[in-house]
Order: sequence, then C-alpha cells, then structure tokens
Amino acid sequence: MILARITGSVVSTIHHSIVDGQKLLLAERLDQAGKPLGGYLIAMDAIGAGMGETVLILDEGTGARQILDDSSAPVRSIVVGIVDALDLESS
Amino acid sequence: MLLGRVIGTVVPAMLVDELSNTPLLWVQPLNREGQPDGEPLVCADGTRMAGPGQMIYWVASREAALTLDPWFVPVDDAIVGLVDEVRNYAASDLDGEDLA
Repeated sequence: MILARITGSVVSTIHHSIVDGQKLLLAERLDQAGKPLGGYLIAMDAIGAGMGETVLILDEGTGARQILDDSSAPVRSIVVGIVDALDLESS
Repeated sequence: MLLGRVIGTVVPAMLVDELSNTPLLWVQPLNREGQPDGEPLVCADGTRMAGPGQMIYWVASREAALTLDPWFVPVDDAIVGLVDEVRNYAASDLDGEDLA
C-alpha cells in the first residue's frame, strides 16, 4: 500500500460498468514525512475518503478486485484506509 | 488510472483476431491539470464512445485487458471511461492536516 493525499476528484458519466456508483479520487503520493513525491493517480474509493485526507491506497489489481468482489474489475488503485497519524522513528 | 486526451484514431491493416472489433485510439497522457505529460500511446477503447478531443481516463497492464469483453486479449493500455470534469481542490483546502 502507498501513502497518498486526496487532492481532487474525477467526474465521469460514460465508463466501464465497474465505475457505476463509485467515486473516483485524484491522489498524490506522499513520503513518510507527508511531503508530496510528485505525480498523481486516479483511485476508486472503497471507504468514503474526502478532500485533503491522507489515505492508504492499495495499488495492486488482484487485491483491488478482491475488495470489489469482482474478479473481472479493471481496477488497480483503490483507497482502503484513512490515516490518522504517522509515527516515525527519529534518526 | 491516469488522465489522457484522445488525439487520434489508429486503423490497423492487420490485427490479431482477438482485437479485430476493438477501436484503437491515440491517447496523450495528461497531468492532473490537464496538460500533456509523457509520450502518446495507443489505447483499446472498451467504452466504444471516445473520440478525438475527448478527455478520458485509462489503465495499463492486466487491468487494461479486463475492460474488454472477452477479457483474455493482448492489450496493455485501455480506456476505462470518459471524463466530464476534473476537480482539483485548492491548495488552501488541503493545508492544515498535521499527522506527525
């Protein structure tokens, strides 16, 4: 799983049937200090994440299909957790 | 999944049987502001609704083949849906969360 922050959303009317009723979120990947690493990805939302929240994104297709309970879902990235706190050993 | 814009169509003279009925489109990958980012690629269009000028989102690898029916096809990039709107939240709305 990767650490990311929700920075936007994508609105889509015409799409593959797996996207019906699902929310698509724009997310930027973060490092362990919570700083953006650059780039973005579009992830499906499994838990109701919202604007600016730090989340865990599962970025692997078979796991995503398991969460969606659909072995033929064309989905790789899915939000699976909302992060409350990060504790990092100080070096 | 990533954003892209359809910049053209591809008409193959010869194609493997599995893909003979699948539209193939040139897609320019975009960043989240909608600006071109990276080299154009050819996507299969499982929606059959995309055309030049349309903003879309696409997926790569095994998930690309799964957009098609039947799904056991030699495809590595495919369009999942058409984009109506991309909402980028303002930076001021994203500040203020301190997790450390």
